[in-house]
Amino acid sequence: MELIEAIVLAVLAASTPLLIAATGELVTERSGVLNLGVEGMMIVGAACGFGGAWLTGSILVGALFGIVAGTLMSLVFALMALGLAVNQVATGLALTILGIGLSGLIGAGFVGERITPAVHLYIPGLTDMPLIGRVLFGEDGFVYFSVALIVGVWWFLYRTRAGLILRACGDNHVSAHALGYPVLRIRTFAVMFGGACAGLAGAYLPLAYTPFFIPGMTAGRGWIALALVVFASWRPGRLVVGAYLFGAVTILQLHAQGWGVGIPSQFMSALPYLATVIVLVLLSRARTGGSTAPAALGTVFVPDR
Amino acid sequence: MRKSLLALTAGLLLAGSVSAASAADKLKVGFIYLGPIGDLGWTYQHDVGRQALVKELGDKIETTYLENVPEGPDAERAIEQLVRAGNKLIFTTSFGYMDPTLKVAKKYPNVHFEHATGYKRDKNMSTYSAKWYQGRYIQGLIAAKMSKSGVLGYIGSFPIPEVVSGINATILAAQTINPNIKVKIIWANTWFDPGKEADAAKALIDQGADVIMQHTDSPAAMQIASERGKLAFGQDSEMIKFGPKTQLTSILDTWGPYYIDRVKAELAGTWKSEDTWGGLDSHMFAMAPYTNMPDDVKKMAEDAQAAITAGKLHPFKCPIVAQDGKAVECKGGANLDDGQILGMNFYVKGIDDKLPGK
Repeated sequence: MELIEAIVLAVLAASTPLLIAATGELVTERSGVLNLGVEGMMIVGAACGFGGAWLTGSILVGALFGIVAGTLMSLVFALMALGLAVNQVATGLALTILGIGLSGLIGAGFVGERITPAVHLYIPGLTDMPLIGRVLFGEDGFVYFSVALIVGVWWFLYRTRAGLILRACGDNHVSAHALGYPVLRIRTFAVMFGGACAGLAGAYLPLAYTPFFIPGMTAGRGWIALALVVFASWRPGRLVVGAYLFGAVTILQLHAQGWGVGIPSQFMSALPYLATVIVLVLLSRARTGGSTAPAALGTVFVPDR
Repeated sequence: MRKSLLALTAGLLLAGSVSAASAADKLKVGFIYLGPIGDLGWTYQHDVGRQALVKELGDKIETTYLENVPEGPDAERAIEQLVRAGNKLIFTTSFGYMDPTLKVAKKYPNVHFEHATGYKRDKNMSTYSAKWYQGRYIQGLIAAKMSKSGVLGYIGSFPIPEVVSGINATILAAQTINPNIKVKIIWANTWFDPGKEADAAKALIDQGADVIMQHTDSPAAMQIASERGKLAFGQDSEMIKFGPKTQLTSILDTWGPYYIDRVKAELAGTWKSEDTWGGLDSHMFAMAPYTNMPDDVKKMAEDAQAAITAGKLHPFKCPIVAQDGKAVECKGGANLDDGQILGMNFYVKGIDDKLPGK
């Protein structure tokens, strides 16, 4: 029983940065912009987030530093890809490379330092309940926030007029423009939201997961977040399932090795990506019903003035 | 043996930050690093070695390093760049630089090369590495003494001989203390991913391990063990900062003395291509202070270290029985020979797991 609880706790912790980063990217992509720079924004968020917490001793300040850093990074992307209509794929890749270098520079001063990680919720009685107590009432703030975030995004996209307009920009920017909506401004906000989420997701790693900063510590999680958005076929509900599934596979393959289950660990590590490819194939086969990629995703839009 | 990290972006990233000063007539010595010098592990320790070299011979030499150099074709260009800049002795500090180093070495016969942890040599290319398994043996003794549950947790990077021989040395030592000791092994399939290393440590502890050892590079496992009140060993560098009440000891890569020796030879004109595989007796690595253990365990560890250093104790003393129950052929007389250790691809008896790929 205790082992199950421990595994669930580890899965939630491992999934949270993926969920936060992927939520941001989902909104960005729903507005029709493909920002491949998630990894770069995350790692800069990690460096600045740790720096903020290390300087002030406050996890909250660290998280805010991460959000601001991610947003600033995304503004660089917005300037290039939206303002100057540069190819989005190339700009996104460049942003990742820039981020990896920049984070090393920012982090050089506090490599090897450590901080007190984010506290976990504790409610006497509730948290002590067997099996579900710590899972429901004993997490750190980031975990609760990530759940609130995805619910908020779902509500925004499907239950508000602004969300509808954002989706319209992603599906047909020419029509949205003809109707008088400021496509580029909306997309810029969507890109900034994606950057803020990526920065926060990156900051989660040194603030709550492993409370120290080392260059390259995001270790490809930004790319997994990108894959998750595709896996979720751009839908918030499926994104939650996908994020926890990715986290669960990561943790369970480690436990399977400890138990001596004879599945090659390399295969288990590759499983989430395999699942993404399969989902992509299924989506392209079944054209009816399922929501596929936003129609204008990744295309450049220059309004005729 | 080294890593191919950041493969996705690395191809695009020859992020060499070059640090060099200009001076005439000084011997130029170059270094190629895999990671950033701030990685707190492998590359960091090589740079500590370089700094020791500068401190010792700074008036006669000038050093240059390129960091974050990916293994593969980019490495060749980076090494050649150092040659063109006038470096006469070049250290390439990761396993994956083996073929690129050899290629450049053939092209520039008047430049001397030193490749870490590889096995290909030429008349102007040496190799150097350390017998870390000796340190692992000492860790195994300590682990068996300190474990209450009788279950050790081992985080591996990749199932290559260097890592496998480390696991075997650990368990052989532990069995001399507790014949029924168990070891749980988790392969992270990466040299460096703090999050994943932390997850692996959590999984091992959740499954009952109370002493954690690692053959991956970040202090994440140490920090998790510290959080959970367990014990752990560091890797490559001093990690006690991440577990003041957790770290038992750590195998410290100490490249400084070797770098100084080789540069002195170069200065004296006596440099020759050599194959150096040094153990505790040669100062190629050292053990961090033995901490967080009772005095008798500490004494046992120190005695074992002294015995290994003096050549009286060999971790792979025959008979060695493999997992399948068959005795391993003893090519080195009383011990396994170096070739058998360098190519080790079997688990010893007492490990329940299966070696990946076997």
